[in-house]
Amino acid sequence: MKSGVTDARSWSRRGFFRAMAGLCVSACARTDGQVLRFWAMGREGEVATVLLRAFERENPGLAVRVEQLPWSAAHEKLLTAFAGDATPDVAQMGNTWLPEFVALHALEPLDQSIRGSPIDLTDYDAGILDTNVVEGRQYGVPWYVDTRVLFYRRDLLAKAGYSAAPRDWDEWTRMLVAIKDEVGPERYAILLPLNEYEPMVALWLQQGEPLLRDGGRYGNFRSPGFERTLRFYLSMYERHLAPPVSHNEIANVWNEFARGYFSFYISGPWQMGEFKRRLPAELQPAWMTAPLPGPQGPGASIAGGSSLAIFRRSRSKEAALKLVEFLSRPQVQQEFYRLTGDLPARRSAWTDPSLAQDPHARAFRDQLERVRPVPKVPEWERIATELMLVMEKVVRGDLPVRGVAEELDARADRILAKRRWMLDRRAQG
Amino acid sequence: MKLSIAGWLFVAPALLAILVFFVVPVAAALLMSATDFDIYALADLHNVRFIGLDNYLQLLQRPLFWRALENTLFFVVVGVPLSIAVSLGSALLLNSRLAWFRGFYRTALFAPVVTTLAAVAVVWVFLLHTRYGLLNYALSWFGLHPVDWLGDPHWAMPAIVLLSVWKNFGYNMIILLAGLQAIPGDLYEAAQLDGAGAGATFWHVTVPALAPVLLMVSILTMAGHFQIFAEPYVMTQGGPAEHTVTVLYLMYEDGFKWWSLGSASSVAFVLFLFMLAFSFMQTRLTRAGST
Repeated sequence: MKSGVTDARSWSRRGFFRAMAGLCVSACARTDGQVLRFWAMGREGEVATVLLRAFERENPGLAVRVEQLPWSAAHEKLLTAFAGDATPDVAQMGNTWLPEFVALHALEPLDQSIRGSPIDLTDYDAGILDTNVVEGRQYGVPWYVDTRVLFYRRDLLAKAGYSAAPRDWDEWTRMLVAIKDEVGPERYAILLPLNEYEPMVALWLQQGEPLLRDGGRYGNFRSPGFERTLRFYLSMYERHLAPPVSHNEIANVWNEFARGYFSFYISGPWQMGEFKRRLPAELQPAWMTAPLPGPQGPGASIAGGSSLAIFRRSRSKEAALKLVEFLSRPQVQQEFYRLTGDLPARRSAWTDPSLAQDPHARAFRDQLERVRPVPKVPEWERIATELMLVMEKVVRGDLPVRGVAEELDARADRILAKRRWMLDRRAQG
Repeated sequence: MKLSIAGWLFVAPALLAILVFFVVPVAAALLMSATDFDIYALADLHNVRFIGLDNYLQLLQRPLFWRALENTLFFVVVGVPLSIAVSLGSALLLNSRLAWFRGFYRTALFAPVVTTLAAVAVVWVFLLHTRYGLLNYALSWFGLHPVDWLGDPHWAMPAIVLLSVWKNFGYNMIILLAGLQAIPGDLYEAAQLDGAGAGATFWHVTVPALAPVLLMVSILTMAGHFQIFAEPYVMTQGGPAEHTVTVLYLMYEDGFKWWSLGSASSVAFVLFLFMLAFSFMQTRLTRAGST
């Protein structure tokens, strides 16, 4: 009995030392690399563990510790890790987060190391690659891509007298009006949720003008392009083509889409899997995707997705780059697509038969040729959120349309005040 | 002398914990509220500017702050009495000798308190749905038009109050039930002998005997209601059109979504002052009422 107790105690002491030693291995990893810390989010994190087994076989003596973060907490976790000096070697990062972490000097510029590596940058879509370039330097390698396209009901469109998706705004509007006439006052033609800014930002990006002016110092809402976007967007609600609702009031997008409450919806690639899984079998042939229509002919959309970035404080940067190289290989990207459904960033990976033959993915391939990044300043998401809040108030009748651009510019300029101060100070030296 | 040193030694661990986990963070937050601490400051502390009371002055000029304050006060003024009334009512029912299956009901009515809000919210979004919601279905029996609970700026906050009352009344109910059971039976017997009716017994025996418990419950409930955050966070994310943004929600967005920790700290201190004033008024009022 007694010996059992001492046994347990000495075992636990041994376990303690082993744990301490383990901590040291990860914390004291040298440049030759023993343990790499890789942070990835949600499903990508789960899959990374599977994908990286081959990487570890290829690189004996190099182990990768994958840590999964939930998407909802990832951004905060990365920031606190930075503040607490506990950043990983490599992390998956939303493309739109990169400017923020560059402002923190948290990321390693990769221009030189990529030049000497097998990563072929010409194999990426220009708009997507652009999101990884901040102030002229590249801080990440796109891992998977994401953009917004049209999801629509072919059957309801056919009933309204059209056989193909719209290519420009005029045609789109005619279709929406025809559908609305067909479905009556209780149902609508398009869903533009009031608590989402992406659809409107995508339409604004199509205008080909910068969303912020003077190098991200001021808002650019008082511009002809925004004026056109605003008028087009608001007309959807004014003509009752879109219901003035947010996601909270919709409760279940897929049910409503199946019921024909709306026929058009602007969303991203993750929705392909959801539609296949959640829509009833008889509706499967009825839905399709199409690139976003533009003011004149096919239009641009938002360049989104996630990239792989290496942290400045990493002590195993060479090994970290090996990991990024591995995950960027076309074959690995194809396997990644099969496991997650995330669209591969490497264009050559799209030859994968399951992707090349997927009719729903075709619109994304087409759209990716015309994607543009949102402004690469840390404050952008907050400004876009203000846009969303102001638009909601206008649609709900709390704010007059007149003066909206002035109000938005005032809000954006207030948010950018600190950035202006920083830039001015840097200019003075 | 020696005895007092021993006393200090005994409380030292607790005091140290309070110092490290309460006094220091609060002092740091107060200091932070006088700066423009933000994401850039995280990169380099040279990017912090000391701006004195600017955060507070700007806050007072922000329409969203007044909107948040209005929403929070609505939630407190409507929610607290309603919540306590429901708790008291159900406690009285459970305490009644006439009630059957009291153990079962006590558990059932307490269940919402221990269920996860995130899960509850999913169900409530459907209950409150404009077209398929059970609540609007019930309203239609009385010939009332469907209400767009989560979409109409005027109804969103009442909907949040409704959810919150349902979610939280069980907690106070248990405390009040314990209070009711502690009232000596002979008081009721005496009242009965004096010929008091049910109403008179309630006002002259139950309420005075329950007063200390009611005061405690109302202070705790009020403090909790001032800090309302989770309900709008999971149900409406502050919408529609910012009509469910509360003071704490504003602080969360400023601080943890946008990392403007300076202005978020100033929101926290303003909220603190409000709660202090209300608790002070509450104790004053009850003291005036009891003497």
